[in-house]
Amino acid sequence: MDADLKDLTALTLAEARDALRFRQISSVELTQAHLSAIERAKGLNAFIATTAQKALGMARESDARIVAGEAGPLEGLPIGVKDLYATKGVHTQACSHILDRFKPAYESTVTANLWRDGAVMLGKLNMDEFAMGSSNETSFYGPVASPWLPPNWSAEKARAALGGDKRGLLTPGGSSGGSAAAVAARLCLAATASDTGGSIRQPAAFTGTAGIKPTYGRCSRYGMVAFASSLDQAGPIARTVRDCAIMLRSMAGPDAKDSTCAVADVPDYEAAIGRSLKGLTIGIPREYRLEGMNPEIEALWRRGADWLRAAGARIVDVSLPNTRHALPAYYIVAPAEASSNLARYDGVRYGLREPAGEIVELYEKTRARGFGAEVRRRLMIGTYVLSAGYYDAYYVRAQKIRTLIKRDFETVFADGVDAILTPATPSAAFGIGEKGSADPVEMYLNDVFTVTVNMAGLPGLVAPAGRSDEGLPLGLQVIGRPFDEETLFTLGHAIEQSAGSLAMPDAWWA
Amino acid sequence: MSVDQAAVRRIARLARIAVTDTEVPHLQNEINAILAFVAELDAVDVSGVEPMTSVIPMKLPMREDVVTDGDIEPAVLANAPLAEDGFFLVPKVIE
Repeated sequence: MDADLKDLTALTLAEARDALRFRQISSVELTQAHLSAIERAKGLNAFIATTAQKALGMARESDARIVAGEAGPLEGLPIGVKDLYATKGVHTQACSHILDRFKPAYESTVTANLWRDGAVMLGKLNMDEFAMGSSNETSFYGPVASPWLPPNWSAEKARAALGGDKRGLLTPGGSSGGSAAAVAARLCLAATASDTGGSIRQPAAFTGTAGIKPTYGRCSRYGMVAFASSLDQAGPIARTVRDCAIMLRSMAGPDAKDSTCAVADVPDYEAAIGRSLKGLTIGIPREYRLEGMNPEIEALWRRGADWLRAAGARIVDVSLPNTRHALPAYYIVAPAEASSNLARYDGVRYGLREPAGEIVELYEKTRARGFGAEVRRRLMIGTYVLSAGYYDAYYVRAQKIRTLIKRDFETVFADGVDAILTPATPSAAFGIGEKGSADPVEMYLNDVFTVTVNMAGLPGLVAPAGRSDEGLPLGLQVIGRPFDEETLFTLGHAIEQSAGSLAMPDAWWA
Repeated sequence: MSVDQAAVRRIARLARIAVTDTEVPHLQNEINAILAFVAELDAVDVSGVEPMTSVIPMKLPMREDVVTDGDIEPAVLANAPLAEDGFFLVPKVIE
C-alpha cells in the first residue's frame, strides 16, 4: 500500500482544497486514495453504492479546471452523498426496498450545487430507511458499523463482528449513519446528510464529527426523498466545523423548484470561523437538564459553557418551558407528514411491484413487502392521527404545541440571547442491536435534545466536544436564530478548539 | 387512548399496507406504546393557540403562468415496473 495515498485521506476538506489549489496534489490522486479507502472499509457498510468511474472522470475534469485557473469552491474534492438525494442515473432509494432499482432522471438541487462548484461524487451513503431512525439499523442494506471501537474491544474482535451480524459494534447514529461513519473513517472529505429530528446532529455527536442542520428553507429540498416536509432539511457532516461551513456555502441557496426554499443570499460561512465571541450572549435552557441525566453529559455541557465564557461570551440561564412536549409532538407531526409523503410508493410508477390481481391488492402487498418495520409503524401512527375523529385530538393539538415551542425560542431570542447551548445526545454511541427491539419509544428518546430545533425551524450545529470516560466521542449543540448560521459556525469553532484535537480512529477494519 | 385489533386493521387499510392476522397483535402493542408516549400532550393548555402552518414565515412565491416543462415521457416512464405505449400498466381497477 502506497503510504502517500493513505496520508491523503487524513486531510481535512479545507486542507485538501488548499493542497489542490497549490498543485501539491491532483484530484485524481485524492479521489483514488478515497476510493481505495472505501474498498478497504467495505465491512463498515457506510457506502451502499460506489461510483468509481464517474468519480475519476469528475476528478480528471476538476484537475483540468484547476490548471486552467477555473477552480470552483469545492473543485476536485471527493464527497459522499446520502442515499436520500436524487443523483441522476445513480442508485437513489433512501435505503428502502420499495424504491428497488430506482435511478432518477433528475438531480437534486443540493447535489447539483456541489457538482456546480466542482465536487467529485464518490457514491451513495447508507441511512435509516426513509430517514426514520436514530441508529442506521432500519436500512434495507443492513446496519452501519461506526469506525469507533466499542470500549475494551480489540481490533480482532471488531473485525470478526464486522463479518457477522455486527452485533455489539457501535452504531454511528442515524438516520445519516453512513454519512457520519464515512467521514469519521476518512472515506470521504465530507458528506451530504439530512435532518428531520436530529439525523445530522446525533450521528455527528456519536462519531466525533461536525454537522449542521441549517434553518428550515436555507437549502432546497428539491430532489430529496421527502419524509416530513415541514421538518426536513439538508446539511453537511464533515470532520471540522470549518469544513461544514465550506460545504454549506455550496449546498445552500434559493431554488425556484422548492417553494419553501428561502430567497436569501448565502453568506461566506467560512468567514465566520475564528470570529470573536465578545458581545455574544449564550442561553443555557434549564429544561434541557433532564431528571436522571447522564453525569458525563451534564459535566460536558458545563465545560462547554465555561469555554464560551472564557472566549468572551456572556452566559445566561434561560427557560424554554415547552421543551418536554417537543418529542411527543414530533412523533405525531412527523409520522403524519410521512404518511402523506409515502403514499406515492404504490408499485405503479417506480420501484418495487408485487404481483396482484387487482389495484388495491397491488398497493397493499407492495407496501407491506417494500416498507420495513419502523417505516410501517410510523405510517400507521401517522395515518391514525390524521384520520377522522382523531385529527383534532392529535395532529391539530400537536401543531398548536409546535407554535408554543417556537414561541419559547422567539421569546428568548427577543430578550437578547444570540444562541443556545445544549447537549447533543443523552449518551455516547450505543451498540448495534442494543435498543428499540422491545419498545420503539426507547430509540426515539435519542432525539430528545434535537427535535425541538426542527419543530421550531431553527438552525442547529453539533461540534465535537470531548470524550466519554470510556473514550467515545461526545458533542455539544448550539441552536441559533433563523438564518444566523454564521454565529453557529463561530461558536462551533470555539467549542472545537477548546475541546482540542480529537483524533479519528485508526483503521481497524482492514 | 389506545387502539383495538379492529382499529389496527382499519388503519392498515387506510394506509394501504397489508397486515397478516399474526402481525396485528404486535402492531397493536407498538401503536399503543407510541400513543401512551404522546398522551401527555392532552394535558397541555393550548387555548387561544393557533396551529403552526409555516415553521419559518414565508410567502408562497408566484411565477408567470406559462408552460416550462414537459415532453419528457421516456424519463417519466424510465423506472416503471410495467409500461406500454406511453402508459403505466396496472391490474384492473374495480369501481
